[in-house]
Amino acid sequence: MLEIINLHAEIDGKKILNGLTLTVKDGEVAAIMGPNGSGKSTLSYVVAGRSDYKVTGGDVLLNGQSILELGAHERAAKGLFLAFQYPLEIPGVTTMTFLKASINAQRKQRGEPELSTPDFMKKVRAAAAKMGVKDEMLRRPLNVGFSGGEKKRLEILQMVLLEPSFAILDETDSGLDIDALRIVGDGVNSLRAKDRGFLVITHYQRLLDHIVPDTVHVQSQGRIVKSGGPELAHELEKNGYRDYVAAAA
Amino acid sequence: MAAVQETVDKVKSIDVDAYKYGFVTDIESDKAEKGLNEDTVRFISAKKGEPEWLTEWRLDAYRRWLTMREPTWARVDYPKIDYQDLYYYSAPKSMSGPMSLDEVDPELLRTYEKLGIPLREREILAGVQGASTRVAVDAVFDSVSVATTFKAELAKAGVIFCPISEAVQSHPELVRKYMGTVVPVTDNYFATLNSAVYSDGSFVYIPPGVRCPMELSTYFRINEQNTGQFERTLIIADKGSYVSYLEGCTAPKRDENQLHAAVVELIALDDAEIKYSTVQNWYPGDSEGKGGIYNFVTKRGDCRGARSKISWTQVETGSAITWKYPSCILRGDESRGEFYSIAISNGRQQVDSGTKMLHLGRNTSSRIISKGISAGRSNNTYRGQVFAHRKATGARNFTNCDSLLIGNKCGAHTIPYIESRNANAIFEHEATTSKISDDQLFYCMQRGLSAEEATALIVNGFVRDVLQQLPMEFAVEAQKLISVSLEGSVG
Repeated sequence: MLEIINLHAEIDGKKILNGLTLTVKDGEVAAIMGPNGSGKSTLSYVVAGRSDYKVTGGDVLLNGQSILELGAHERAAKGLFLAFQYPLEIPGVTTMTFLKASINAQRKQRGEPELSTPDFMKKVRAAAAKMGVKDEMLRRPLNVGFSGGEKKRLEILQMVLLEPSFAILDETDSGLDIDALRIVGDGVNSLRAKDRGFLVITHYQRLLDHIVPDTVHVQSQGRIVKSGGPELAHELEKNGYRDYVAAAA
Repeated sequence: MAAVQETVDKVKSIDVDAYKYGFVTDIESDKAEKGLNEDTVRFISAKKGEPEWLTEWRLDAYRRWLTMREPTWARVDYPKIDYQDLYYYSAPKSMSGPMSLDEVDPELLRTYEKLGIPLREREILAGVQGASTRVAVDAVFDSVSVATTFKAELAKAGVIFCPISEAVQSHPELVRKYMGTVVPVTDNYFATLNSAVYSDGSFVYIPPGVRCPMELSTYFRINEQNTGQFERTLIIADKGSYVSYLEGCTAPKRDENQLHAAVVELIALDDAEIKYSTVQNWYPGDSEGKGGIYNFVTKRGDCRGARSKISWTQVETGSAITWKYPSCILRGDESRGEFYSIAISNGRQQVDSGTKMLHLGRNTSSRIISKGISAGRSNNTYRGQVFAHRKATGARNFTNCDSLLIGNKCGAHTIPYIESRNANAIFEHEATTSKISDDQLFYCMQRGLSAEEATALIVNGFVRDVLQQLPMEFAVEAQKLISVSLEGSVG
């Protein structure tokens, strides 16, 4: 469960989040929609612990525990996952190496033994098959020369492998064609579980056709200005954000 | 946020050089008097029981050195060295010449054990379990070689691997024929100084058609205070032979700077191949730049025969100052030279390193892959020369120099000199400079890696092409070394 309570945050002295409050329960899929510049990506960075953002007020609780004092890697080990809008390239580090390093870094932090190479390979192969990720891609340096769709698929593959207790998807649908969108949607849906929550950040309804949310929230000027059910997304698709942007101003 | 800052602070508080080889061995030593004059040169020569011609050779070098000036063109900055304030010869007292392993002072054996260098035969280099390769080691402690392993077994294959002081006695014709033919006595200030006062080093001769049955290795250790180490290595690969040679080095942590001015000469005859790998881990000084080794080394290989090949691979993490350009003279037709380098600088280290590929023969080829990593307040310069003689028709070179910056207080510089006197030569040069971005770090951290682990992973990716060139035993060692060298670089 993720609880964001009256969160204020800024970067380089510029206020981006202005008292944002949102709770996503276990088993819930919440969608955040909103116009450009409303601070949606900032919200994901602040929750994940990017150090150049400064939190000036409020709190963030993961499974009942405040995580604001933890480093990004510690939050990850506690089960928080962020699928990036623009996944980064790491030249010279094969995807396989990176996946193994991530899994074992988290296990080490949790005091669990490292995964043996055969166990790891079995796990990766199974997940890769599900996500339509070819072996050849796992041997290439991480994200280097990957198409937009390949990068996003790999983000979801990582999510499947790391089995987070809470996942944030930041515009995972951008740059995806219809087939890739379905694969990504299936990947997320396969992870939906009673003890796992999702926060899906998107501009468009079309991702929500594949990942049907329980709740939909509109973010504008660093706050949640409207919450509702899946029908809210359809309404936004039809009428745009105009009314809500005006209300927030 | 706060926690990240805390991590960063903690990391910063770790000694920049978590240098684990900084201990001193307490052993009595036999030293020449401080300072340098003709008597010092004669003293060293007499200690080694050298023949007349070699004493004269040294004295010639010494007289020549007096007329030379210390080079100042490198992008390094250090206080003037007082050459009269150094010891030029220091040997553990218990050593009265090369001896069998059973006779070596146990204190010395313990020292090498602590360094992870096996002086007992049948052992393997530390860090790799289950590796089946064996490595023959020549251990040089201050000015003398203390032990050479596997000599008998190598002799069966006809391979000579021994301290150079011993080779002067046992194979004077080989030493006399080849020594100083690649790096002439007059070559440069530090090489000339070395010629005058060199005390020991390794000698390797591989007979025609022999593939050396195991990796050969020399391990250099400077222990004594105020002592310069001047070793000389000479490797000859006769026609159609092959040898892979590894060099490692460490020194205790001391507040004073120590001078290391070595000369390495490689000679490859027709169809021979020499692979020379270095993992240089001299004490780099503390985070304020106090202490550390001045590493002023002349390394050169001569592809004297047709179709011969010399390959230099180096991982440079130590030394306060590095001044080093392992080079290849591509004299034989169709000969090939390679240079693969990883140079890491942190704290206040200064590195000016690179290579020279001198294409003299026809259809000669060379390849240079250099990866420089600068962190802390260090400066890292790649300086390289590629030259084609007018007769070097068909010469080819490919150069790739990549620099990676960590933090915003360090510097990376690339200075290539490219000169072709043959219209037919093809030289290619690529260079990039990049910085580990906050985005990359955050991405890795979001997946569970700490800032340190993330940096090490990104750096290992950056140097991958070069690490793959190292013999397996050293690659594992080098990878660990890279992580240690970069401790405290994040923040």
